[in-house]
Amino acid sequence: MSAQAAPVTAVTTTASGTGRGSRTGRGSGTTRRAGVGRWLLGVLAVVVALLWVFPIYWMVTSAFLPTNRLQTPTPNFFPTNGTLSNFRRVFDDPGFAASFKVSLGVTAATLVAAILFAFVAALAVSRFRFRGRKGFIVTILVVQMIPAEGLFISQYQMLDGWGLVNAIGGLTIVYVAAILPFTIWMLRGFVNGVPIELEEAGMVDGLSRTGAFFRITFPLLAPGLVASGVYGFLQAWNEYTLALVVMTDPAKRTLPLWLQGLVEANRATDWGVVMAGATLIAIPVIIFFLLVQQRMTSGLVSGAVKG
Amino acid sequence: MSAPPHGSGVAAPAPPSSPVSGVTPAAPPVPARRRRPLATRLGAYLLLVPAVVAIAVGLGYPLVRQFVISFQEYGLAQQFGRPAEWVGLDNYVALLTDSYVWGVIGRSIAFCVVNAVATMAIGMALAVLMARVGRAARITLQVGMLLAWGTPVLATMTVWQWLFDSQYGVINWLLAEPLGIDGMRYHSWLIEPLSFYFVATVIVVWMSVPFVVFTVYAGLLQVPTETMEAAQLDGANSWKRFWLITIPMIKPVLFVVALLQVIWDLRVFTQIYVLQRAGAPTRETHLLGTYIFSLAKEFSMAGAMATIMLVLTLVLTGFYIRRMLREEEL
Repeated sequence: MSAQAAPVTAVTTTASGTGRGSRTGRGSGTTRRAGVGRWLLGVLAVVVALLWVFPIYWMVTSAFLPTNRLQTPTPNFFPTNGTLSNFRRVFDDPGFAASFKVSLGVTAATLVAAILFAFVAALAVSRFRFRGRKGFIVTILVVQMIPAEGLFISQYQMLDGWGLVNAIGGLTIVYVAAILPFTIWMLRGFVNGVPIELEEAGMVDGLSRTGAFFRITFPLLAPGLVASGVYGFLQAWNEYTLALVVMTDPAKRTLPLWLQGLVEANRATDWGVVMAGATLIAIPVIIFFLLVQQRMTSGLVSGAVKG
Repeated sequence: MSAPPHGSGVAAPAPPSSPVSGVTPAAPPVPARRRRPLATRLGAYLLLVPAVVAIAVGLGYPLVRQFVISFQEYGLAQQFGRPAEWVGLDNYVALLTDSYVWGVIGRSIAFCVVNAVATMAIGMALAVLMARVGRAARITLQVGMLLAWGTPVLATMTVWQWLFDSQYGVINWLLAEPLGIDGMRYHSWLIEPLSFYFVATVIVVWMSVPFVVFTVYAGLLQVPTETMEAAQLDGANSWKRFWLITIPMIKPVLFVVALLQVIWDLRVFTQIYVLQRAGAPTRETHLLGTYIFSLAKEFSMAGAMATIMLVLTLVLTGFYIRRMLREEEL
């Protein structure tokens, strides 16, 4: 479940792997043949962008249309006079509020535990030299390769044995384990990016080791903590597979499970309400993602250059 | 807390606002001022305890347990307390002598290869495009990619089902009206396996390409202009420069991205599962993930199948992982 964060791994690799820091405006050489060719490429880029955005555009516009305007022989590509009735019906669905609470609970618990655990572990691997350190890092990398999609039956049985099926705590256990490896990897890059010399300078100026850490390093790690928090949020909020396995009780559905239920209840009859549900789930996440994606990657690149 | 004076190092107390002191199995050590190498090392291990325990419980234990169960006869009866019997490799033999299982494995590999190759090819092409166009076009493309990337998978699945809807879906309309393929007006995309996989591929590629674009683009930015100019002075045209300079230089990035694509596409579950629920014949469309899910009631079979999947992942990616570990500076 790490689709959203992986750029970091790769970016880290770029920086340390090629060891070349010179960042240039664009990598594709000189632009002497500007003019028409480049303009055509620009048009192509915009067309591709529209192609990629279209499903999202379609989701949002459909959410504002009543069924009779969706079921027309010719699709209505630029609809006007939308209605909010689809959204109203979603909010009237008691399942939505219940699922929202479950999702909120699971996400909050996962975030707190994962960030706390990952933070201290990242400090350990980045600021301490100890036997087994390299082994730990390799394990962290390899664990991410394990196909979680093959583990869910076993995870279900384990949680079942502990009475944690259909419990926020149970889902949290498997979520935390799933996102921890990557979160540690990511935070490690951030901690590496803060030179230990800064802290030492603080200590020369009379701060204690702890004081130096909290007054100097910790504030510099804030972007890293935010980035890993966002990563954890997106993972826990959007996750479907494990939720499907662990939360079998309809009353304990997370939002993605609720949405799937809505699709199955209304497919082919009422796409409008389904799209309203999808939009409600997607838009906050997309906004959140857009706001932090830039900072996430740029922070990671700068953190990664240090190696 | 009366912990012994652990390391001086950067002993890391939990973030000040941690509201879950009860959750941490081992609270981080109390920092002390004295420097003692042994204590420092112990401190490091203590810092690792919460993460190690969490991963061991949530992933490690299920993995081991599943591996053990795959050598046992473990079904519903055992769920209700009957001891499981050791059956050796019986489960594996039963699975691997079943031609249906080989069909699932073959389909999964084919799906994985097609999707990974398509995603990489489109992603790399768009990354190069992104690097070549002007600012406005680049930002437009970036925003489009980010929107697709940020959309939750279930919302994505939902809207694609609507797009491929047989009666009022945009895609059938597009094929029938502007393109004039009348047979496609009310085409049911999910009934037939090949067409089912086509839909799944479109969705998976749509979702995966943005990640490839952004990472490869970040890699392209690292290629120094001096090298490119030198090559140009030496008479290399842009096609040659791309294949002989850019590609080798961003190889580490391509490596990681390709590896992740293979892993993700081999374990694809949500997309297949949701499309199956949308009215496809499940038996003909199972891939590894959904097949294991369908075995849920036969725990030992599911365990054996999951182990086979794990081995398959390792076989397909082992070479890459080894190389990556060698190149990665830890």
